[in-house]
Parts: sequence; structure tokens; C-alpha cells
Amino acid sequence: MIRLCSWTGRIIFDLLEATGRTVQLVFQTLLQLRRMNIRHVIYQMAHLGVDTMPIVFLMIIFTGMVMVWQATPALTRAGAQSTTGGLVALAIFRELSPVLSAVVLAGRVGAAIAAEIGSMKVTEQIDALRVMATNPIGYLVVPRFVACILMTPLVVAFANLMGIAGGFLVATTYTNVGPYTFIHSIEIFTELSDFTGGLVKAMFFGGIVAIVGCLKGMGAKDGAGGVGNATTSSVVTSIVWIFVVNYFLSTWLFR
Amino acid sequence: MEPLIELKNIDMSFKDHKILNNVNLQIQPGEIMVIIGPSGAGKSTLLRLMIGLLRPTGGEIWVEGQEISHLNEEALNKIRRNMGMVFQYSALFDSMTVGDNVAFGIRQHTDMPEDQILRVIRRSLRMVGLMGKESVMPNELSGGMKKRVGLARAIALNPKIVLYDEPTAGLDPVMSSTINRLIMSTRRILGMTAVVVTHDMDSAFAIADRIAMMYDEKIIEVGTPDEFRESSNPLVQQFIYGVKNHCVPVRRRASEQ
Repeated sequence: MIRLCSWTGRIIFDLLEATGRTVQLVFQTLLQLRRMNIRHVIYQMAHLGVDTMPIVFLMIIFTGMVMVWQATPALTRAGAQSTTGGLVALAIFRELSPVLSAVVLAGRVGAAIAAEIGSMKVTEQIDALRVMATNPIGYLVVPRFVACILMTPLVVAFANLMGIAGGFLVATTYTNVGPYTFIHSIEIFTELSDFTGGLVKAMFFGGIVAIVGCLKGMGAKDGAGGVGNATTSSVVTSIVWIFVVNYFLSTWLFR
Repeated sequence: MEPLIELKNIDMSFKDHKILNNVNLQIQPGEIMVIIGPSGAGKSTLLRLMIGLLRPTGGEIWVEGQEISHLNEEALNKIRRNMGMVFQYSALFDSMTVGDNVAFGIRQHTDMPEDQILRVIRRSLRMVGLMGKESVMPNELSGGMKKRVGLARAIALNPKIVLYDEPTAGLDPVMSSTINRLIMSTRRILGMTAVVVTHDMDSAFAIADRIAMMYDEKIIEVGTPDEFRESSNPLVQQFIYGVKNHCVPVRRRASEQ
């Protein structure tokens, strides 16, 4: 019994500590925003965002395609075949595109951030920054944070179009839903707020991926193994946070 | 003369492990102070305390007449602009060229035009014997060359104080001698004060104005190289001549036992 209490207590304590560190890093990052180096932000936007687009687009196209493939028979049985486009668009705008893009970003961008900053940490490069009177949060975290916050909505916006295009392709090729019906149902079933809500979510997810990646990287220790652990932990933690935050954002944005 | 760096009753612990116990040391302007001692004695920790990378658990650290142990990072950065540090494993930014490494501090803290920065890079690299290596990446350099780039980076902004963490560790005797000459010439030409942590006794005797020896979490002796050679302290004699003395046990870190 005592062991169970101690174990539970340790888990709660670790969770609180991790949350505290994350919140602290967010505040420190926001405080350093005024010293943001635009050149570094643009470099990170190209490095982290643009390079991620092809894999996100590929994934979302196939998601849109499979959604139509799965939904159309059921909708046909219910006599609601004409709503296929709207259903697919709603799911993609509100949930699938932001969440799946964020998961890919966590795996690709978050891992890259954690590995890069982690290797800087274990080779004393972050200490070297401090010795040269340069704030590591301002120099390393701020450009990545801003780049992720700006680029994730952009990636998601294009991913939305790709998802719809994938769905449209399958709907018009393999089902009886015509092109006009597909597009018309999107107009009927979706509003601008569905699209913008997904982009707001994407901003939050981008921030999560950047902050968690930086936090895990800066906490790396014990050489190459430590960098590997930081990278893995960054991906897992980001994905968990993305799904948890997604629920609360959905209840707030799409009441 | 008022010391440039003064450590007063410094205590330092990591969790339950005591690293430094009531350490006192004064470093005068323009001198080369060499800190020696066995592995795990707390020499590098002392260096990191002097530049504010670590905070002591007790005591005061005075740098240029200012107590730094309670300063926030922003205030510490003002002090650090007058300091440079050469790391044991160089800590060069591996995503930047040698030239960008050397110019890093200048670009961060000054509005110097690029053509002038280029001149500073060339001057600093010429001083450490690496002329023409501006566009080389750090992973293309040997260990000794990396240390010299680290030194060029540390002195690029003309700091008053340069801290060296094991500058000759892992280098051949010729390269060690080159690094020693560089440390002495930064003092002679640029008037910089140097604090050098080393195990290398040849290097210590070659460059030091004064030597401080650490043992058992404390500084046990401070003096000139001649005073050290003639010291009657068996711990000092054992360390500087590398003689195994059964009366004086060699202490090891808990992790090494």
C-alpha cells in the first residue's frame, strides 16, 4: 500500500514538474520574443515548415481518399450520398488535417529540434552560447517557436486542399457522387469557421511541437544516448499533448 | 591592488554530493592563474562558477568588483561580455564555419560592419596560426585546431578575462606548447587575465604566474611555480611529480570506484 502511494506520488510529482518546466519555458520564450531575429525565423520556417509539406500532403491526400471510400457505402444506404463532400471536408478541416499534420510535425520537426538542441547541449555548445552572453532561449527556442506557430497553419491550409482533392478524386472516379454534388455539399455543410478553427488548432499544435522539442533537447544529458532519449521523448510527449489539447480546443472552437 | 576575480567561502554541492567546501581564491589583473588538482577535485566547477554557468550553494563570487552569484542571466551577460572561455572539448558551433564561430560574439553584441568583422576574423585566426581557415567547418579540423579556434573565438571581442578548461588535454607535446605560447601571448599582447585549469604540470609551470592546487573539495596551496616546486606539502609533491605515495591516498570520484 505504501509502495503504491509512493509510486502514485512520484508520478504526480513528475507530471507537475514536467508541466512546470514547460510553462516556464513558454513564459521565457514569450519574454524573449522582443529580441526575435527575423533572419533566424525565416531560416527555421524554410527548414522546418517547407520541408515537411510533401509528406503531410501525401498523407492527407490518402486520408481524404480512404474517407470517401469508407463513408460512401454507408451514406448511400442511408440515402445521403450527396453529403459525402461535406462530411469529408468537415472532418478534414476540423480534425484530421490539423491533428494528422501535427503528428507528422511532431515526428519530423519536433524530433529534429530535440536532436539538434540535445546534441548542442551535450557538446557544451549551449554553455558556449551563455558564455558569449547570448540567451539560449532567445537564440534557439524563439526562432523555432515562431517558425512552427506560423508554418503549421500554412501547412494545414494546404493540407486541407489536398485532403479534399483526394476525396474528390475517389468520389468522382469510383462512386456515383458527381463533381458538382461533391463541391456543393462542401458549400452547404461547412462554414469559414470550420476552416479557420482548424488553423487556430494548428497554431497551438505548432507551438506544442516547438516547445516540447526545445525542452527535451535542452534537458538532454549523458552523450549520444541522452540525445536519442530526448528525441524519442519529444515525439511521444508532443503527440500526447496534441491529442489532449485537441479535445479542449475542439470543445472551445466548435461548440 | 583589487583582485579582478575573488572567490569568498565558496561552497558547492550537486544534490548530496559536495564538490567545493569553503574555497577562497583571488586572481589579480593581468596574471595567469593555473588551477591544478586530481580529477573530480572541482577545478572545472570553479571555472564555471567564475563565469556564472553555475551558482554556488554558499559564498560570494566577485568579478570586476561586482558580486555575481545572485545576478540574473541578463545582468550576468553584461559581466560575461568582458570574459571569454575556452572549453575542454572546444564547444564550437558545429553548424557554422570557423569564421562564423569566431565572429559569433561580435555579430551578437556589436553593430560592426561585415568588412570589419572579416578583418577581426582574419586577425584572430592569424594569431592562433589558422590563417585561411575561415570557411572550414569544425568537423574538418583536428583536436588541436579546434582548441585554437576556440581560443580565437574567446579573444575575438577582446575580453579582460579568459578562462581555459584543460586547454592542452589530449594534445601532443608540440601542440601543447603552441597552446601555452598562445595563452602567454594573449596576456602579453592583449593584456588579458587568464585562469587555466589543467592536469598538465609542464604546461602549468610554463605559463603560470601563480598556481592553486585543489584537493578534497578545497584549495590546499597557492603560490608561484617556484614555491610549488619547493613545497613541503606531500600532496603537492605527489601531484606535481606524479609519485605514488602510500601515505597519501589518491581519491577518486564515487563513480570511478
